[in-house]
Amino acid sequence: MTPRVGLYAAVATRGFRRYSTYRAATLAGIFTNTVFGVIIAYSFIALWDQRPSLGGYGQAQALTFVWVAQALIMPVGLFSGGIVDELSDRVRSGAVAIDLHRPIPLLWWRFAEDAGRAAYHFLTRGLAPVLVGSLLFDLAWPQRVSTYGVFLIAVALAIGVGFGIRFLLGLLAFWVIDVRGFVVMLTITQVFFSGMVLPLVVFPDALRTLAEALPFRCLVQIPADVLLHEDTGTTVLPLLGIQLLWLVALLVAGHLLTGAAVRKVVVQGG
Amino acid sequence: MASSLRAYGLIAGAWVRASMTYRASFVAMTVGQALITLIDFAAIAIMFSHIDELGGFTLGEVALLYGMSGFALGAADLLMGNTEQLGRRVRDGSFDAMLVRPVAPLVQIAADQFALRRVGRITQAVAVLGWGLAASNIDWSVPKVLVLLATLVSGSVIFCAVFVLGGAFQVLAGDATEVMNAFTYGGNTLTQFPLSIYPAEVVRSVTFIVPLAFVNWYPALYLLDVEDPFGLPSALQYASPVAAVLAAAAAAVAWRAGVRRYRSTGS
Amino acid sequence: MAVIEVTDLRRTFVVRSKGGRLRRERREVVAVDGVSFGIDAGEVVGFIGPNGAGKSTTIKMLTGILVPTSGRLHVDGLDPSRRRTELARRIGVVFGHRSGLWWDLPLRDSFALLARIYDVPRDRYRTNLATLVELLDLAPLLDVPVRQLSLGQRMRGDIAAALLHDPPILYLDEPTIGLDLISKARLRDFLRDLNAERGTTIMLTTHDLVDIEHICRRVMVIDAGRLVFDGDLTALQRVGGATRTVVVDLETQLEPVRVPGTTVTRVEGPRQWLSFPAHSSAAPIVSALAAAYDVVDLSIQEPAIEDVIRLLYAAG
Repeated sequence: MTPRVGLYAAVATRGFRRYSTYRAATLAGIFTNTVFGVIIAYSFIALWDQRPSLGGYGQAQALTFVWVAQALIMPVGLFSGGIVDELSDRVRSGAVAIDLHRPIPLLWWRFAEDAGRAAYHFLTRGLAPVLVGSLLFDLAWPQRVSTYGVFLIAVALAIGVGFGIRFLLGLLAFWVIDVRGFVVMLTITQVFFSGMVLPLVVFPDALRTLAEALPFRCLVQIPADVLLHEDTGTTVLPLLGIQLLWLVALLVAGHLLTGAAVRKVVVQGG
Repeated sequence: MASSLRAYGLIAGAWVRASMTYRASFVAMTVGQALITLIDFAAIAIMFSHIDELGGFTLGEVALLYGMSGFALGAADLLMGNTEQLGRRVRDGSFDAMLVRPVAPLVQIAADQFALRRVGRITQAVAVLGWGLAASNIDWSVPKVLVLLATLVSGSVIFCAVFVLGGAFQVLAGDATEVMNAFTYGGNTLTQFPLSIYPAEVVRSVTFIVPLAFVNWYPALYLLDVEDPFGLPSALQYASPVAAVLAAAAAAVAWRAGVRRYRSTGS
Repeated sequence: MAVIEVTDLRRTFVVRSKGGRLRRERREVVAVDGVSFGIDAGEVVGFIGPNGAGKSTTIKMLTGILVPTSGRLHVDGLDPSRRRTELARRIGVVFGHRSGLWWDLPLRDSFALLARIYDVPRDRYRTNLATLVELLDLAPLLDVPVRQLSLGQRMRGDIAAALLHDPPILYLDEPTIGLDLISKARLRDFLRDLNAERGTTIMLTTHDLVDIEHICRRVMVIDAGRLVFDGDLTALQRVGGATRTVVVDLETQLEPVRVPGTTVTRVEGPRQWLSFPAHSSAAPIVSALAAAYDVVDLSIQEPAIEDVIRLLYAAG
């Protein structure tokens, strides 16, 4: 088991390094996330000015939500891209046959790599805009240190769920010639139901019920709520449980689908 | 000029024909483009389920602002969006191939990979705009119709200018596609809301520095007979065409400077 | 009549490098340093030199992409950097390591589009396309998107694209780079015929002396931004004292073989290396070897450009 852990750590480090070479792109991305954060923050101020406790959030909490959401866009891969494109390109070119016959499973290899990438994006494009946001606006920071610890766990789970969704989407290329249409559709659903555009707590009841049945709230809404509730017990544990459940379900599905893909490659030659 | 337009049409046409070979995918992408922009409007509509006015404007009036901005960005993205590729083309050397052809490089880069699917965004914006116009109680007159039409054209020109400026900027700054996104898509998001929700400094900078307020805000004040909440001169409300001409001129100068710099520094 | 005239052409670049903690050093690098030459209509000129010698910079100035720092430059009577668009109609350019074709479009669409961009009359386009498709064997590739073509196929496509508008001048920057032997040979034959039949003036940069040997009557060598040689290939090899090498595998291990006009430079078991002046023919050596010894296998190594240039300097 030990050498395996070392191997995945190495793969994750490689994922981290690979993205850290694009320094100009990272700075440009931080700028863009910050600009969007400012715009959305003002629209939330206008909304919460009129409805000061809308959805159970105060204005400071709503603003904190904005910046947490901006911080999570890249780590959880809210706009797809990355692994989806890479995986589907490799399937189309046939290069995936090499990946599938490696001694370590494609799923875990990719998961480790994406975790490395997500860590890099969280530390740069995640933290930097939040820092700017906290200088420009009054945010509601939790008082208890332990809240931050639980928040980090929720972020880690969100990254895992985000990976699971995109991995399944990339594998779709084995059965569908052009996955771009699916990618666009999924991205729309994911962005809308994650809470990124608007916290799910202000959604109308019907939409909110739907959102709660989908995995996408694990990406933004749940981590944000974990931070805002400032509770490490009864409120937060079920939220982490939901994330964990979705993560396991997605990884199992990814594992089964990879198996089906391998059989397809073996039987049909890709 | 005529030959540039012709060349644009030729290159764009070739791309449209090529995209039609995967018709199902083309349809999915076009619908997707329309839906992806609809998310923003859905969010605004949900906000209005809790309030009657945002920054002093009703949902119908915000739809009007949203539609004008969406149309302008959509048209500019369709016509000029590809100029954001200049940085990459300079890096991989393919910009050289454009410079040895008898057509202006701006035309070649703008028409390259012309994506008709971007019409999806425009269609969605027009639908929201139509609803917004119907729902906002406008006291119609001939000048108002003219201002509306002139704004749709001017707004598109302004966003085109932003795209071209961003392209030119990349010769200087290298990989800065994302910074451009802040001005194009960010500008679009900013102008989807009434500017009355922002601080005065923001409004001044999108009036006098990057003239995004002329894409929808000032003309909409005129269409709706609303007094400028920031007390700026009402002449600004007819000034969108002027802002468009100035923005286009600035973009042309920057583009030429960018190409000249590329040709004189070799990088 | 000279179609390309270059007088005292210079091009410098400013390079900025980090020097110390905050200070950035500006350094001027001379890429092309006072080059002069003339090329007549119908000439085929090889332009060679090591990496970074200034070949590409010169080609870029000749096409009008890059503005010279100083010097005079005329191509077909035009100043390239001032009248780039006008000149574009009279020249064909192929960059070996990057394609001028549209990546996602089928070859046929790229050709049709270029014909319209260059205003090639319909009839003229049809005959040109038919000729080029036949000569470059492109018929089976016309409906394939460019990104799916192999390097050799893509290069043939790029060359056809550069010739659709009948340019009297053709620049080729490393046209054979990365191609296999058969593709290289076909390309050379094509360029030779093009020059013979249409009188196209051709200027090509290359790393491969065999390209020069097969196509060019004239060679220009550039090194460190200066033109260090301008003449024919035989003269270049004589000046430099360059040698070619026959590598021969014998039936058994032997003492160094004796063949007139050669010297054995190396022996390794049954394999021996015989060098001879690059400008003399290899045929008599090969037949003398075969007549006197039991030869299993045999190959001829051409001198590398870098060696020729090094020798050129050594010869002064």
